[in-house]
Amino acid sequence: MLDISVAYNRYKFLGDEFLTWLWFSMEKDRDQLITPDKEPFSIEIGNRIVLENRINEAVESITIKGDDAGLEEGFLSLQKGSLVTELHLIYKIGNQEWKFNIKGESLSCSGLKHPDIGVVESGDRVEGLVLEKLFLYEKVSTLIDSLFKIFIGVRVKSKWQTEAVPAIHKWIQLSLKK
Amino acid sequence: MGLLSSSVSITRYKVEGKLEEPVVEAVTRGLKNNILHEIDDADDEKTSGWTSFTNPFKPDFNGSSFLIGTHFVFSLRIDKKSIPSKIIQKYYVLETTKKLAESNRDFLSRNEKKIIKEHVINVLSLRIPATPNIYDLVWNYEENYLWFFSNLKTANEELETLFSKSFKLPLIRLFPYTMADLTCDLSDADRDVLLKISPAEFTRY
Repeated sequence: MLDISVAYNRYKFLGDEFLTWLWFSMEKDRDQLITPDKEPFSIEIGNRIVLENRINEAVESITIKGDDAGLEEGFLSLQKGSLVTELHLIYKIGNQEWKFNIKGESLSCSGLKHPDIGVVESGDRVEGLVLEKLFLYEKVSTLIDSLFKIFIGVRVKSKWQTEAVPAIHKWIQLSLKK
Repeated sequence: MGLLSSSVSITRYKVEGKLEEPVVEAVTRGLKNNILHEIDDADDEKTSGWTSFTNPFKPDFNGSSFLIGTHFVFSLRIDKKSIPSKIIQKYYVLETTKKLAESNRDFLSRNEKKIIKEHVINVLSLRIPATPNIYDLVWNYEENYLWFFSNLKTANEELETLFSKSFKLPLIRLFPYTMADLTCDLSDADRDVLLKISPAEFTRY
């Protein structure tokens, strides 16, 4: 394996490509987004998306914030060569809802909020609460792992260049024409 | 933001290797050997160490108190004394004036000024309590992963250093490359592709 700090910087783009691919997949290829337990779920963009254009020397950054914000500027930015560097996501299983931010370069979560927890009936209240919370955080961890695994499965194959990139390109162009 | 907060940040790690048996005793030993020591009565500016998740201001690792279910749950505590620069300046000027009066001179050498400043900082460090920062972590030993409840760069770096020192096990931060390499079940051929991939250009198709 590569040196960790070298790998972190060298492959920053991979996380940004993942988030860009995820946005595309949520809109156009939802069926491929599955988790190992095959449990039905929904995932959508929340109230924040950050895009950065690092192709040129200067870094251009665009942040779109707000509930139900229009994403036109996001597509314009994608057309100019930007990638998604940060996403706020809403993940739902049945009537349970998680909200969190995910950063492309690290794939770490921040602002993670889980569904409401009922009364903990365990004898030790703190222990019960910790276990309940860990169970709920595990759902998000599994989701990220599953989606990233699907992405990497496509990314290292030739169909990335022959199918995925053209499809994402077409999606960006068509979204701008709407 | 700790594990029990309503909103959390998580940095995920993979733990490589295994501890010597019995595992709980090995963890207890690692924690006790690197437990946080208070610096309120010392002139140290910063310290870090392990503390209890349930009682971070009075750490106690006896009786497997850090075991919750099948997880090891404990916290990293980083204490730092922050002395406002204006307070340092105030006592520095007072000390300098006193020294000049005592020595009957009009000026002090650069070295004397440096010594006075260090003395002032040391004295103030003894009087100012350290500010504690607590970061919870959950170590799933069986599944070889660890969740650290902070995304702060300095806290994560401190964790990596202290964990390696305490348990002699490498902690690998999970980010795009390490996730692809360690968690995506890639074949050797796929790994070769991963090593060579370059950024895609969605605009130039």
